[in-house]
Amino acid sequence: MEKQLDISHDEPNYMAVFYALFFLTVVEVAIAYMPIVKWLMVGSLVILALVKAALVAMYFMHLRFEKRTLAIVAIAPPILLAMFVVIIYPDTAWRFFVGN
Amino acid sequence: MSQAAVLEHTVGVEPAESPLTPESWGKLGMWLFLAGDAMSFGGLIAVYAALRMGDPKWPIPYEYLGVPFTAVMTFLLICSSVTMVKALESIKHGDRQRMRMFLVLTILGGATFLGMQAREWTHLIDHGMHLTGHAATGHGLFGATFYILTGFHGMHVTGGVIYLSCILGSAAYYTAESHNSVEIVGLYWHFVDLVWILIFTFIYLI
Repeated sequence: MEKQLDISHDEPNYMAVFYALFFLTVVEVAIAYMPIVKWLMVGSLVILALVKAALVAMYFMHLRFEKRTLAIVAIAPPILLAMFVVIIYPDTAWRFFVGN
Repeated sequence: MSQAAVLEHTVGVEPAESPLTPESWGKLGMWLFLAGDAMSFGGLIAVYAALRMGDPKWPIPYEYLGVPFTAVMTFLLICSSVTMVKALESIKHGDRQRMRMFLVLTILGGATFLGMQAREWTHLIDHGMHLTGHAATGHGLFGATFYILTGFHGMHVTGGVIYLSCILGSAAYYTAESHNSVEIVGLYWHFVDLVWILIFTFIYLI
């Protein structure tokens, strides 16, 4: 007998997620052209990108309705990569100061 | 017949459930593959960040790359993700014809994305942006990082389009009760979209 696919839940409103993604993309492109200070632009673009990625993962990839442990499997790479970027920072900082 | 039912008939013993995704081992396999693939892309993006952070002379991307054109590409990929979700929703309700239609739309979205990518690359190469150097600024890495990152992603889209076509070809096998393969290809396709969202932000906008 086929297993119950997942805990019973209403289908998320996929079109709402789509409109959100579309809107966020427009905002991102607009921000890229704004004459604002660099750290603010980078910060806001990174946050917007992460929000969009989270929307795709949670709703399109159904992570919101899966077992919690699967979400841990999915979130582990970004965390490890953040650690990686921090660890190689002395190398990038050195290149900057030496003026390579 | 579902996997579980076939095994029950053969062995008479309840088959083991996948620990995190009880309905399908393939789904867990795909998630694990995507976790590893995320590390590959992440490694490339992290190195891109490291190279760019340490270089005050890095060319400003939107001066040399077509941002509006690429924004349309991003929109296209997001739309193809929606059609993919719709395809899965259709087969969950047993509507194989609608699933076929949405799969075709997804494949078209992916193929158009690749066509636009090819057009963009041709344009850039004609204007002196190469793997080995950027003619306009003389910068050695701007071209290499761009082509390697977008090319690696483009290969994933190509593989995804072929994969989707195979699933479309076997559409007759899927029913409302048994359609794990459709869900699994959907996971791969959404991952490809997700990575593009990140690449678009980091390479074109920042």
